[in-house]
Amino acid sequence: MVAAGIFEPFGYQFFNNGLVVATVAGALCGLLGVFVVLRGMSYIGHGLSHAVFGGAAASAVMQLNYFVGAGIWGIASGIIIGRIARRRLIGADAAIGVVTTASFALGLALLNRYGQAKKSIEAVLFGSVLGVETVDIVAVSLVAVCAAVVIFGLYRHFLYATFDPEVAQTSGVRVAWVEALLMALLSLTILVTMRVIGTLLISALLVIPASSARMMTNSFSRMLLVSPLIGAASAAVGMYLSYHLDTSSSATIILVGTAVFVSVYAFTGIRGRSRIAHLHHV
Amino acid sequence: MTADILVECAHITCAYDSTVAVRDAHVTVYRGDFVGVVGPSGSGKSTLLKAILGAVTPVSGHVTKKPGLRMGYVPQVESVDWNFPVTVLEVVVMTRTAGRFFPRITAGEREAALDVLNRLGLAGLESRHIRELSGGQQQRVFVARALFHRPELLVLDEPTSGVDVRTRHEVLHLLADLHDGGMSIVLTTHDLNGLAAHLPRLVCMNTDITADGPPLQVLNSGVLERTYGAPMEVLIHGGMPVVLDQGNNDIVRRLGGIS
Repeated sequence: MVAAGIFEPFGYQFFNNGLVVATVAGALCGLLGVFVVLRGMSYIGHGLSHAVFGGAAASAVMQLNYFVGAGIWGIASGIIIGRIARRRLIGADAAIGVVTTASFALGLALLNRYGQAKKSIEAVLFGSVLGVETVDIVAVSLVAVCAAVVIFGLYRHFLYATFDPEVAQTSGVRVAWVEALLMALLSLTILVTMRVIGTLLISALLVIPASSARMMTNSFSRMLLVSPLIGAASAAVGMYLSYHLDTSSSATIILVGTAVFVSVYAFTGIRGRSRIAHLHHV
Repeated sequence: MTADILVECAHITCAYDSTVAVRDAHVTVYRGDFVGVVGPSGSGKSTLLKAILGAVTPVSGHVTKKPGLRMGYVPQVESVDWNFPVTVLEVVVMTRTAGRFFPRITAGEREAALDVLNRLGLAGLESRHIRELSGGQQQRVFVARALFHRPELLVLDEPTSGVDVRTRHEVLHLLADLHDGGMSIVLTTHDLNGLAAHLPRLVCMNTDITADGPPLQVLNSGVLERTYGAPMEVLIHGGMPVVLDQGNNDIVRRLGGIS
């Protein structure tokens, strides 16, 4: 009887679909989150998800495909933010604030003006893991494979350009290209995971697994492996618990991730806390 | 360009937007040189280094390098993110990006990196996080990274900036050993007495080049006033020039430190 209860959710196709997409999304956010945390760009994840919200709203109103409309919008926002921040005239946080809040405001204005789009916009805001379609599973999986191949394939370029961009530039690494590639991957990640996790919680999934991983290791390559594992495990466990607790799946995923963070924080002691204290904007 | 010239900056002017950082600088680096570039903050020292490295393109004049010249660059340690999750070995090999895919460090790379670390007195520290090292060891890790490519010219930006006296001595001895081994070196420094006065050749600059020659020749009141815009006195102690900042003497006198 108890066993039947434990395995009950796996009898539903919608749950299995949600579990797969959430787990892959958790791993993907964990992987990209390493760069978000180490580069002090945690606000970028928050900002980009809000920027993509504008694109999602516009796509819904204009009855365009979500991935096309919001995708173009998100990548354009990411590149604009990167360009503004690189000029260093104003800080990256201010650049994100300007671009993304304008985009979010536009999304809200569209929501007010064209009320019929409200339902799909709300799905983007809060996520709907249990309403995922095959196209979501394919999109998340494709971006995850693509991100893993690019990041591990060009590992030293990403490491060098993240750790020491100025010297990397003098050594022939195309730092601007690496940064553009990273922003494009981050925008794609947010695009394909947003309908699963939701605009309002996605930045947490970008930051929490990577921050936990940082406390657990002093090696960049190990952090790139540990962070996706924590993201995937948090998503899978969160999905499962949300079924039994009858809570929002995205919120439960974030809470499980937070529980992992708190546990690691407690068990790694002063050294782990010292590492995390030196990360920017976390 | 003769065989002994590694880099020739021919009357180069470098600018950021409308601000000129280096004006009409003519500097030649020869094989076996050990050159210190000195000048106040904002005098264009780092820009001159970047022009030598090819990271900054002059708006006029040109930089000519010996064909196939290999250069190693050591940044200021103050610019390093010491909390970044990276081990000593990862720092040394990260620069080898060409044709390298995936995080795996090959046996050949590991052997070559350990050899460089061993030569710099860092044997056994390859698995340590960079924060777990002393100041001198941290500086040497970045010298090891630059040496990993077997450069002919080593370029260092403020190698003794923000380090204590003991670390400064360590760095100076290390660079002297490398120079004795045939390495050509160009560095920038603010440290006139602790570092610059010990070098065989100094280039003094304040946007323009104000002097170029051995310390005994260029470290004099006239050059230093042109370079720093402040009165300075030079004494010779043990055959070496010692620069005294007269402005400091005035302050000490005003505060009652000199009777």
